[in-house]
Amino acid sequence: MAQTAFVDEGLDHEHGHEPQGFIAKYIWSQDHKVIAIQYTLTAIAVGLLALVMSWLMRMQIGFPGSLEMVDQERYYQFVTMHGMIMVIYLLTALFLGGFGNYLIPLMIGARDMVFPYVNMLSYWTYLLSVLVLVASFFVPGGPTGAGWTLYPPQAILPGTPGRDWGIILMLVSLVIFVAAFTMGGLNYITTVLQARTRGMTMMRLPLTVWGIFVATVLGLLAFPALFVSGVMMLLDRLLGTSFFMPAVLSQGEMLEYSGGSPLLFQHLFWFFGHPEVYIVALPGFGIVSDLISTHARKNIFGYRMMVWAILAIGGLSFVVWAHHMYVSGMNPYFGFFFAFTTLIIAIPTAIKVYNWVLTLWRGDIHLTVPMLFSLAFILTFVAGGMSGLFLGNVVVDVPLSDTYFVVAHFHMVMGVAPILVIFGGLYHWYPKVTGRMLNDTLGKIHFWITFLGTYAIFFPMHYLGFVGIPRRYFEFEGIAFIPDSAHLLNEWITIAALVVGAAQFLFLFNLAWSAVRGRPSGANPWRSTTLEWQTPETPPGHGNWGARLPIVYRWAYDFSVPGAAEDYIPQNRPPERDAPGLHGSLRAEGAAP
Amino acid sequence: MAVGVILAALVVGSVIFSLLSPWWFTPLASNWGTIDDTLIITFVITGAVFAVLMLFMAYAVARFRHRDGARADYEPENRRLELWLTGATSVGIAAMLAPGLIVWNDFIRVPEGASTVEALGQQWSWSFRFPGADGVLGTADTSRITAENPFGLDPDDPRGRDDVLVSGGELHLPAGTPVKVVLRSTDVLHNFYVPQFRAKMDLVPGMVSYFWFTPEKTGTYEILCAELCGVGHSLMRGTVVVEDEGTFRPWLEQNPTFAQSLGRRPEQDVAEIRDEVQGEGGAEP
Repeated sequence: MAQTAFVDEGLDHEHGHEPQGFIAKYIWSQDHKVIAIQYTLTAIAVGLLALVMSWLMRMQIGFPGSLEMVDQERYYQFVTMHGMIMVIYLLTALFLGGFGNYLIPLMIGARDMVFPYVNMLSYWTYLLSVLVLVASFFVPGGPTGAGWTLYPPQAILPGTPGRDWGIILMLVSLVIFVAAFTMGGLNYITTVLQARTRGMTMMRLPLTVWGIFVATVLGLLAFPALFVSGVMMLLDRLLGTSFFMPAVLSQGEMLEYSGGSPLLFQHLFWFFGHPEVYIVALPGFGIVSDLISTHARKNIFGYRMMVWAILAIGGLSFVVWAHHMYVSGMNPYFGFFFAFTTLIIAIPTAIKVYNWVLTLWRGDIHLTVPMLFSLAFILTFVAGGMSGLFLGNVVVDVPLSDTYFVVAHFHMVMGVAPILVIFGGLYHWYPKVTGRMLNDTLGKIHFWITFLGTYAIFFPMHYLGFVGIPRRYFEFEGIAFIPDSAHLLNEWITIAALVVGAAQFLFLFNLAWSAVRGRPSGANPWRSTTLEWQTPETPPGHGNWGARLPIVYRWAYDFSVPGAAEDYIPQNRPPERDAPGLHGSLRAEGAAP
Repeated sequence: MAVGVILAALVVGSVIFSLLSPWWFTPLASNWGTIDDTLIITFVITGAVFAVLMLFMAYAVARFRHRDGARADYEPENRRLELWLTGATSVGIAAMLAPGLIVWNDFIRVPEGASTVEALGQQWSWSFRFPGADGVLGTADTSRITAENPFGLDPDDPRGRDDVLVSGGELHLPAGTPVKVVLRSTDVLHNFYVPQFRAKMDLVPGMVSYFWFTPEKTGTYEILCAELCGVGHSLMRGTVVVEDEGTFRPWLEQNPTFAQSLGRRPEQDVAEIRDEVQGEGGAEP
């Protein structure tokens, strides 16, 4: 089956006719590259909403009452929508729908995804889910303010903002999103398994593809749990079923619910929610591996270990979910098991960090913008990972859970760190997408503000958690144990957040400006080895490869090979007779046409 | 060079920040010093690893930054080094996990002789119930809650009649006695959180959860809700006063028992109480 891709050497019927006209080419497009751009731009647009909401929240926390529009209801609505948008509609969509769509076919030497039509449908379904989500800002009562975890009974009871319409639209939007993800995800997996070009064995895949591939498998297994919990909560809300609803008294009135379990929802939610962390992290791991290797001109250290670590993390991510529930009231004996599995997962994760750092060692490090973002990612991710060891270790979690320590932890590890990778990836692949370089000076300014700014926000925030300051509080008025200095720190964090947010508009400007005015990049400005840089055209044309598919002769990391003329050898360059190097042995497979 | 220096400065700055930070735990007021110890162990190990690893990275970035004519090494793998690092990491993880699990084992086992108190949460206030002379809390159910019976106690259950009901959000506890806090909610999730006690746990409607601690330092502490429970979440406050047994007893006796709260003398029989409760209507769903 792996041979199907070669059938179309020369353009076959499917790819022979490039779509004509603006609409066919850029709107109803089945081309993975166009769909990737659609996904990316939509995710960035909805992400801007989340950014603005984080500003408004931070104003309330740093300078309480300064903005009249941020009342209690709106505050919780912003908290909720910011979280949900960032995790689902931005990070998941951008990594898989954006980077996955663009890079998988190009990196494995395919002409497109295996099911281009389903791929197109995936994007439009995703867009629908975003529109439904955004619509909830315009319904009576506004969007839900239940927190992004949407815990029942609160999410569907009076006393929570958006209880009438917001929560319904939220759940419907999530259900639609899962449908969109499933269509995209099946495509990515099938494409990686079936459409690799000749010579591209699994163990020659760039780590970017490995990360996206395993993340997609996780998504296909985890999102159904979100799907069913969304459907069940809709039934509880609309038809009065009691899946998650016990007998409750709401505002003095006994409701008709009985016998349901709020904890059941939490288990289902986190059965999705924890793998979700790795759905976002693994593509980031993969991309950053390739960025570091390319810009340090050195092979990734311990490629096989890196692949196994991705697989181990992916597998383990399904047996750690209840570490989000140590103080949920679940059977406390679960704590032993989930603390054990959670701390075990730190081992393959640590291996990845070591290998990134060891890749830098004795490298030839070019401090390009993508490399800077990669370094920032490592530092931020390690800081966030370390605080994860507090929260994963059940009894240490007890004083820290539901405090700002948790907010600091997850923002570092799955907010800022993945976004630093996204920026690194966008600076890295922008030349391939547009044929032009992003402006370097603007890029460096954007980098330093973003990196140092986010660290200034989230590093000290851990200490607010040590103080014991609870998260998701509209105000801290009259709480005696919180020292005045903590309020000062909150002001500082808010100012840093405003600056970091503003710097992102610099990046958006750069994206738009460089598309027209950027320096032409040529086909392979970073002198990279992977296939996407070896396309006959830049940006790659329809079908990616012109008349003949590339043939792969080597792994993705032949940088600075001793004896080679240049410091990189593209994957599709045939071996010379005397080419040395450990991975020369891989020539045997797939080399013979 | 500059980038390596900035990275190193950031790491050193973080270490200095941690040492000088005025933001640290509230003074401990319970027996859970072991939780703090486990946390400190985790803090030291993770802090050291973070600093060493990131300083190494900063050094590598400075030392191996691009120079004209330089060329990177070619070293795809180093199995010995990889195995060695995996082993060392596993040891570090075990050093954090083992004490954590030992303390957790204490955390979930309520000691013999612990007294019991129930914390009942509802949007957005706290009330409390002591088991009374028999030492046992009477059965209770959200569906029985009425204005006269705010805890939803079962009037048929003789063990509930002497239960002492505390409204108004102020809880008193005797210092030095382990207390098992039984948690119940009438509406949504809440979390009983007193920062100085370290321990906390969710209240879940439809079930009873618990945790235990020994209040060791007399004083007045704030009870906060630590699980988002609607727009009034940040206003759901209470107070816990830890005091000597001699002050605690009289306070406890000021509060009515369930039977008293229904305007009945304790000796009146159970059937009468039931009639009264059901007569108010709304007792049955």
